[in-house]
Amino acid sequence: MATVKTFKINDEDVSGREDETILQIARENDIFIPTLCNMEGLSSVGSCRLCLVEVKGWTKLATACVTKIQEGMEVYTDSERLREYRRMIVELLFSEGNHICAVCVSNGRCELQDMAQILGMNHLVVPYRRPNLKIDASHERFINDQNRCILCTRCVRVCDEIEGAHTWDVMGRGIEATVITDLNEPWGASQSCTTCGKCVQVCPTGALFEKGKSVAEMSKKREFLPYLTSMRGNGKAK
Amino acid sequence: MAINMDELKERVVASQEADAQFTHSIRVCMASGCLSSQSDLLKKELEAELKKRGLEKTCQIKGVGCFGPCANGPVIAVEPNGPMYQEVKVTDIPAIVEALDTKPVEKLVLPTDTPFFNRQVKIVLENSGKIDPESIEDYIAAGGFEGLVRALHEMTPQEVIDSLTKANLRGRGGGGYPTGLKWSTVAKAEGAHKYVICNGDEGDPGAFMDRSVMEADPFRVLEGMLIAGYAVGADYGYLYVRAEYPLAVKMLKAAIRQATKQGFLGKNICGTPFSFEVDIRLGAGAFVCGEETALIASIEGKRGQPRPRPPYPAESGLWGYPTLINNVETYANIAPIIRRGMEWFHDIGFHKNRGTKVFALSGKINNIGLIEVPMGITLREIIYDIGGGIPNGKAFKALQTGGPSGGCIPAEHLDTPISYESLSQLGSMMGSGGMIIMDETSCMVDVAKYFMEFCMDESCGKCVPCRVGTAHMYDLLSKICDGSATLDDLALLEQLCDVVKNTSLCGLGQSSPNPVLSTLRYFRDEYMAHIVEKRCPAGVCKMKHAVEA
Repeated sequence: MATVKTFKINDEDVSGREDETILQIARENDIFIPTLCNMEGLSSVGSCRLCLVEVKGWTKLATACVTKIQEGMEVYTDSERLREYRRMIVELLFSEGNHICAVCVSNGRCELQDMAQILGMNHLVVPYRRPNLKIDASHERFINDQNRCILCTRCVRVCDEIEGAHTWDVMGRGIEATVITDLNEPWGASQSCTTCGKCVQVCPTGALFEKGKSVAEMSKKREFLPYLTSMRGNGKAK
Repeated sequence: MAINMDELKERVVASQEADAQFTHSIRVCMASGCLSSQSDLLKKELEAELKKRGLEKTCQIKGVGCFGPCANGPVIAVEPNGPMYQEVKVTDIPAIVEALDTKPVEKLVLPTDTPFFNRQVKIVLENSGKIDPESIEDYIAAGGFEGLVRALHEMTPQEVIDSLTKANLRGRGGGGYPTGLKWSTVAKAEGAHKYVICNGDEGDPGAFMDRSVMEADPFRVLEGMLIAGYAVGADYGYLYVRAEYPLAVKMLKAAIRQATKQGFLGKNICGTPFSFEVDIRLGAGAFVCGEETALIASIEGKRGQPRPRPPYPAESGLWGYPTLINNVETYANIAPIIRRGMEWFHDIGFHKNRGTKVFALSGKINNIGLIEVPMGITLREIIYDIGGGIPNGKAFKALQTGGPSGGCIPAEHLDTPISYESLSQLGSMMGSGGMIIMDETSCMVDVAKYFMEFCMDESCGKCVPCRVGTAHMYDLLSKICDGSATLDDLALLEQLCDVVKNTSLCGLGQSSPNPVLSTLRYFRDEYMAHIVEKRCPAGVCKMKHAVEA
């Protein structure tokens, strides 16, 4: 049986099981920590870096989605410094791809856009990189528009961990990294894809969307995930 | 095979007697540096020449590891007490053989009474240039496996760990984490299996310390891993070596084969209940796989990407089992400490920095090559005494240590004694041991740009700040270098340095701004000259818009 730990988030007393993360306990207590790569029901990778929090006495910032709680720790989820860092990270994401909300299927329903609004990012100080990225519309039902991808790897994880197909993966490194289907073959030609569409539904932006959707029409249906993970016997991330 | 100390000593004597049959021994450097100038051909020709003269029974030829002065290769040494020859060509061979019993060939002699040789203290490299790396008998004759046999027969695992703690050995991969503490954490961790990993994925530009150790003395690395396996309770080890080091891999493979044959690897080693096996895994050319969690992912067959720590590998590493991971040079220090005692090791170095450190000198310095020096020696002694100073009468400008994670140290700090702490205080770091010396012809902004390009190319792309931030920082540095940057760009660069340093997932990302931060700290005037005056003080950068005179 897991031990219960008590600690503080933003000076409030909270408690949780020792195998739970700072993020889980914060959510349980309605304390907001911004996230993009994290998704309940999928494994946590700690790659977007938005959930970084301050812990008293720690020299480095802690990644809330993967850091297990400790007895007596004092976590701070909000400070001018953290706000600054988070704003810059979202800025970096906007500068990396070609995120033009006005013509995007996910306009108004996009987690990246929401995050920019929440964090008060209303313009970029870093220059747009304007990369030349491809759009793969070879699949009968879905489209992969790389211009809007933020490499959160939710599609990779849901396909591997929930659907079990592992159609998606990441190719290349650094600024060249992209998500690919099979061995970088057209999505429509994929032998492993089951056309289940889970990747589309978990994608936080308009990178993966259903064919036939126009500007601002693509809303993602996420209800299946908590249902499937609870069917699997555990309601929490691995 | 139950090998004990007495039997080991007998084999040392036998090996020495075998060597004593020869009146002369010629050692030819067969490490990568000299091999690139065809030392293998030299060795063949030497053998042919000796045979021709009927001397093959009196003069022995031995292929050995690195002597140190790599830029003077190929290097050969004549024993006993004979000269060391540099830049030897095939046509020199008759003269060298001719001179075996007479005066050395003057024009080829490499003087060995110089600070380059006599200021060094060798522990890790003690066998380098002396023994044949492919011969286990040579290694045993030089005291090899004595540490292992002593640990297995005379010490408990806890005593082994205690002696490392008392010797104050710290990780030679760069961070300087106390080795004894790391070992005891893994020893205490619970797991059905435990693993020992040797990190030989040396990837810093200008660094070739670990390569030389693996090429020159592979058994020493194995012995270190074996002792580690015994101390922490592991039964399997992985040597992770980058594929760009084919000779090191060849030597290690040969070493594993021989050690297994002789009962130093496998089941019931030296007649004790301890069993240990070692396997080699090759890196596929990703710098980030030198980061421990990425390295572990790579061994597991996954994409070589770091994951957030904790949990640390000591608790949950390879396939989720407790894993000890150390650098090549750290393992190379283990056997001598057990063999000669912790007091001996503790007497070398200073304060919290004990023992020696191997450095690879490169760049604008007279003696390019591999050196091993005691901790606490000053940077000035390394550059001007051992390194022989700056060539062509140029002035020293900066010393780059720690690879792309390190920084540049200017002339005013050359009297700093080397330690993990002092180098971090200067905005650089010990790192794995690459030292690139720059003279007045180097532009520091250009240097920062070079390292940033390296970090950008080697970023795995997993986390946002490193993936996108390094690309932006590289673009800004390029703008500064071509004279099109403004002071706003410099402010943005500094802001990005702060964000990337504090929010990146792994050490590679967190330290990627260091070359920029350290050059900004000491050479801000050069940045300003590029931005405000549109001129490169060193004359390296080509300005897009040259200023009108």
